[in-house]
Amino acid sequence: MSAAPLHRRDVVRDILAPRKPELLVVGGLGSPSWDITATADNPRDFCLIGAMGLAVPVGLGLANAQPDNRILVITGDGDMLMGMGALATVANVHPRNLMIVVLDNERYGETGGQPTHTAGVTDLSAIATGAGIPTAATIRSQDELTVMIRNIHEGDGPAFYVVKIATEMPGTVLPSLDGAFAKDRFRMAVLGKA
Amino acid sequence: MKTDAADWPSDIFSVLCAREIKQVCHVPDAGHDQLIRLCSAQNDMSVTTLTTEEEGVGILAGAWLGGQRGVLLMQSSGVGNTINALALPAACRMPFLTIVTMRGEWGEGNPWQVPMGQGAPGALEAMGVMLFRVDRAEDITDTVNAAAGQAFNNMCSTAVLISQRLIGAKGFE
Repeated sequence: MSAAPLHRRDVVRDILAPRKPELLVVGGLGSPSWDITATADNPRDFCLIGAMGLAVPVGLGLANAQPDNRILVITGDGDMLMGMGALATVANVHPRNLMIVVLDNERYGETGGQPTHTAGVTDLSAIATGAGIPTAATIRSQDELTVMIRNIHEGDGPAFYVVKIATEMPGTVLPSLDGAFAKDRFRMAVLGKA
Repeated sequence: MKTDAADWPSDIFSVLCAREIKQVCHVPDAGHDQLIRLCSAQNDMSVTTLTTEEEGVGILAGAWLGGQRGVLLMQSSGVGNTINALALPAACRMPFLTIVTMRGEWGEGNPWQVPMGQGAPGALEAMGVMLFRVDRAEDITDTVNAAAGQAFNNMCSTAVLISQRLIGAKGFE
């Protein structure tokens, strides 16, 4: 069964289309942050542009602090591979309001497209399962994506999805590079104070 | 609020409570064992065991984004694992507070602990972290309080380094 390839900008747009005010998004450095920003420059999103490997930990700390909001981490395979231990931490903390999506193009996209280990034999959703995350799956088709999106917005966390996407670079759409501004803007939107 | 000098972990715990610390992340160290137990027994503190120390830098950044204060407890060997992660609180001008139990400096029995123990202060300073060293138990309350104030009032990264002389040397004998 071969499915038409999923395109990262379309995937992120579809994931964020049904968002409610209680959804807070953490973007992992590189292309996932550009995808999120291309969809909308939303103050309830916080995009990392450095600190590789930390998208999931940032999401976990936010999920702990904001139990009444739903936290969605959207990151890439390179960032996730650098911080795989965090999946074991997430599984043991078991935040019901944390959802993780890895956009997996099997490449280090920002540095020349060198293959990551997911281009080889590594299966990130199997690692998440092994870490103890109760819901983990690899998404390869539009139909599977539709089910995933419903669960992201309505289901119980922690959940972990790898979305296999086409190898393409649809262009850099930068959020503000000023992390202090991005942080203050996010806190104003969520907490009402910087 | 001074207690028995030998009970410095309780002094740290009191400061963390007074400073409204809600998230405590750690890779355990024998020197932090009592403090971790005290925090775990506190209902309004969430205590998270990490697989590696840089996770804690990310979790505490997420905590701050969500309106909570946190602290990272680690030993000096863990400092090396946090270095690139420290770009996150620095670039975003977020507070970051860590309490480090030092190894490799006073009666150390394990030569493998010496390089990172000796390198930890310089590595932290290179990343812009302000250091607050404690050599005597009677100074711990004021020092942790000063480091927390510097972090949360001034949006700085700060580290309290607790001397191995205070913790007690560790060897294999």
